[in-house]
Amino acid sequence: MPRMLVLAVTIAGLCALAGSAGAYPRQSEISRGRQLAIAADCTACHTAEGGKPFAGGKPVETPFGTVYGKNITFDKDTGIGTWSEDDFWHALHDGKDDEGHHLYPAMPYNYYTRMPRRDVDAIYTYLKTLPAVHKQNKPNDLSWPFSWRWLMTFWDWLFFDKGVYQPQPQQTAAYNHGAYLVEGPGHCGACHTPTGFLGAPDRDEALRGNEVEHWYAPSLTEGSHQGLGSWTSQEIVHYLANGGNDRTAAFGPMAEVVADSTSKMSDQDLHDIAVYLKSRSAPKHQESDGGKPDRGPMSAGHRIYNAQCAACHTQGGGGQRGQFDSLKGSGIVQADGPQSVVHVILTGVQAVHTEHRPTAPAMPAFDWKLTDGQIADVATYIRNAWGNRASPVAAGNVADMRDAIGAKAGP
Amino acid sequence: MSGTTLPAVDVVLVGFGWTGAMLGQELVQAGLKVLALERGAWRDTSNDFAVTFAQDELRYYYRHALFEEPSQGTITFRNTPSQHALPMRELGSFLPATGTGGAGVHWNGQTWRFLPSDFKVRSHNEQRYGALDPDMTVQDWGVTYDDLEPYYDKFEYLCGISGQAGNLNGEMVPGGNPFEGPRRRGYPNPPLDMTYSPELFRKAAHDLGLHPFTAPAANMSQPYTNWLGVRLGQCTYCGFCEKFGCGNYSKSSPQTTIHPVLLDNPDFELRTNSTVLRVLTDSTGKRATGVLYVDDQGNEYRQPAEIVVLCAYAYHNTHLMLLSGIGQPYSPESGKGALGRNYAYQVVSGVDLFFDKDKVFNPFIGAGALGVAIDDYNGDNFDHSGLGFIGGGYICLWNTNGRPIETQRVPPGTPKWGAKWKRAVAENYMSSASISTHGAVMSHRSNYLDLDPNYRNIHGQPLLRMTFDFKDNEHRLSDYLTDQAARVGKAMNPKQVHAKYRKGNYSIVPYQTTHNTGGTAMGADPSTSVVNPYLQSWDVPNLFVMGASVFPQNPGYNPTGTIGALTYWSANAIINRYLKSPGPLMQT
Repeated sequence: MPRMLVLAVTIAGLCALAGSAGAYPRQSEISRGRQLAIAADCTACHTAEGGKPFAGGKPVETPFGTVYGKNITFDKDTGIGTWSEDDFWHALHDGKDDEGHHLYPAMPYNYYTRMPRRDVDAIYTYLKTLPAVHKQNKPNDLSWPFSWRWLMTFWDWLFFDKGVYQPQPQQTAAYNHGAYLVEGPGHCGACHTPTGFLGAPDRDEALRGNEVEHWYAPSLTEGSHQGLGSWTSQEIVHYLANGGNDRTAAFGPMAEVVADSTSKMSDQDLHDIAVYLKSRSAPKHQESDGGKPDRGPMSAGHRIYNAQCAACHTQGGGGQRGQFDSLKGSGIVQADGPQSVVHVILTGVQAVHTEHRPTAPAMPAFDWKLTDGQIADVATYIRNAWGNRASPVAAGNVADMRDAIGAKAGP
Repeated sequence: MSGTTLPAVDVVLVGFGWTGAMLGQELVQAGLKVLALERGAWRDTSNDFAVTFAQDELRYYYRHALFEEPSQGTITFRNTPSQHALPMRELGSFLPATGTGGAGVHWNGQTWRFLPSDFKVRSHNEQRYGALDPDMTVQDWGVTYDDLEPYYDKFEYLCGISGQAGNLNGEMVPGGNPFEGPRRRGYPNPPLDMTYSPELFRKAAHDLGLHPFTAPAANMSQPYTNWLGVRLGQCTYCGFCEKFGCGNYSKSSPQTTIHPVLLDNPDFELRTNSTVLRVLTDSTGKRATGVLYVDDQGNEYRQPAEIVVLCAYAYHNTHLMLLSGIGQPYSPESGKGALGRNYAYQVVSGVDLFFDKDKVFNPFIGAGALGVAIDDYNGDNFDHSGLGFIGGGYICLWNTNGRPIETQRVPPGTPKWGAKWKRAVAENYMSSASISTHGAVMSHRSNYLDLDPNYRNIHGQPLLRMTFDFKDNEHRLSDYLTDQAARVGKAMNPKQVHAKYRKGNYSIVPYQTTHNTGGTAMGADPSTSVVNPYLQSWDVPNLFVMGASVFPQNPGYNPTGTIGALTYWSANAIINRYLKSPGPLMQT
């Protein structure tokens, strides 16, 4: 049956392509749905590593336990094969499944709610064309009381701001489309917006940076130390399209976002995203001076930096254009939270491989080579050298991170 | 016959070093399904030679982390046909690699073009100097410098070679090598910044009326993006190139120039830990049907393919041809047969220079191809009348490294160990330098490769037997080059000059160079060559052979630049001629 359905839809699409002028182009609806599913990065949670597309099973770590992405292929027994377009709309718009149960907000319905009905229908149409996969969903592994799904009623009541994106008439079409992508399907804030009580996004602080899965998703506002203040729109587009620009490469969770989502989006979409992000003013508190770090860690960090880091990142911290990241002026280096800096030094990272940036150079792990204190000193140094400014890092922060991510013991 | 038969591919590449990666990329771009079989393991920068541990002399140099392991298969060696050859149980004179990237991982990066006259060694020298020694089996290559120029250019721009052009389309450019063949455009990157001791060499050579230039280097003088879109970083002059992988992405290697694009191509497949035992042929013996290989569990597989390309290390290519029974093995007695004929090497020497302590050279600021060279005594750039030899070599003051364990340059007369030796090492570390000579080896009737009748490898196959010695031409050539190097050295005004002439028989024990050439020589005459000028087997037209095994003799340069050019030259012939009409690209 599912195969018949695919066939039927494909034939319908081909017929539309064959040029029945005036009829609604069904194939274009499918491809629009596909583009929206890419922008929404459905695959990030709904495709397990090495698994069939959208058949679920990918673990998503939250502060409250592990949630497993569900099978959203159109298999009748294990997927969403019995869902109507209305059911699908309710899930994305209202955060409720086909039986009216509340979804966990690991599914970012609080962002998808910004999508209008015709976009949600397009995704539904697209998903329906894909092969149905018979694969049972894995039960979530949440700690009590979060395992009580009905409690989400209160979460929604407290935090869920339902409603389709409303264009701002005084803004350009590019701004509105970019804002829609960022606030809606792109759900950038799911990582980049600070979360408060019960993991709810702090809307006043939207896109101002947040810790996520032992990384720090940096500020996407116009801050000069943190944020994208010194980035041009073109640099933002290059970063999202190619997994990096002349300043920095995408790594960690963002590398996956680039690989699965942004590198497959249209240049127009990415341009509009950049227009919107460049309009986000910097938060006031983040730009204040947090005080200078002590000279001891700075001079120790400087020595470690010259011996271990400068060969690639250069003594002035500027890196090598397009190959080794610039630490000087980097928003992620100077982020409120030092998690990404410490994480990268401990485990190393590899840049994402994309068609236009195929090299994917890697930074090696230093966990086995540097002590907690040494990593703290060098992290403090790079956060405060060359005009950078950010809070110092303590050895205890490094020790905690080492434990949390299972890095090797130091020397 | 044993072995599971696997699904067929268009092309199977035997070995995945430089030539395998270059050819793989060209052939998948031409739309073919390509499989590479590599006997060694997967190797990449971040896992195998990251900056955090790349500079480890014990691991990489003294414990041979990147080299082939003789217990898995070695050669036997003797100087002359009358001797009993013995197995080489430890690497010494040369260091073939194993694993992806091959020796391209651990080379220095000295990237030369051969001289136009190098490709016509027999006809050129006979014309100028009369008949050659009848035991010298040198021959013309069947390709010319002009044929290869576009492909040299392509390889240099793949790698991002740093250098100074000397001859741009016939126009001489000051500061470059005036003896080089004309090049269509300059190097992709400017020459490396130079350290002190090579600059002293430059001045002395210049004052003697010679023509010094900064040597061409596969070490990046600046960040570089090649025509495949792959990026390299700027060299840090850490001095860990030869015998090491580069942790900084700043030495050209298959990893840093091709792998990121090729391995992403769905038409390409790599199988590591897959040792090819022989090329399979059909009942006529005129067509290769694929290869037989064994994995690291001892399982054998038959891999069918339309085209088989040998991309293994030079003497392994010859070995595979011999084991596969393709072509007529060379006999030194009759002079008949081309397979195994024309094995050659390199004759190298050095001149150590010891200066007063006020000359501080900081030898640790090094790079694999950081140096100033002269080509005045290479090839036929000088008159050989009355000298008693043909060919030559470059003379160069390299500052490749000042690695702490390896760098122990002491004046003659110093004890070999003990307190005095230690003091001499310490006193001379900063203020000494060496000039190298890099001499050609002309092929000779009694230098060749064949199958050993006594010793076998772990697969039960006969080992390859190497019969090689330096002949009169090499000794005269090397002595002459060493004299010239010492002359320049003296003009640098050191307090002591120690010329180390290459005397006596060739020894396989001390390290010299990993420049083994010949065995499957190329040429236009099938009686003296194994492959035609397109590197296609004369006997089996769907079999091609890449690498230095096709050199008919070895000029006075490092081979990699020419290996690169020949590979692209052959790839062009395969794609634009062979695929359109499979069959011999040159009639016998």
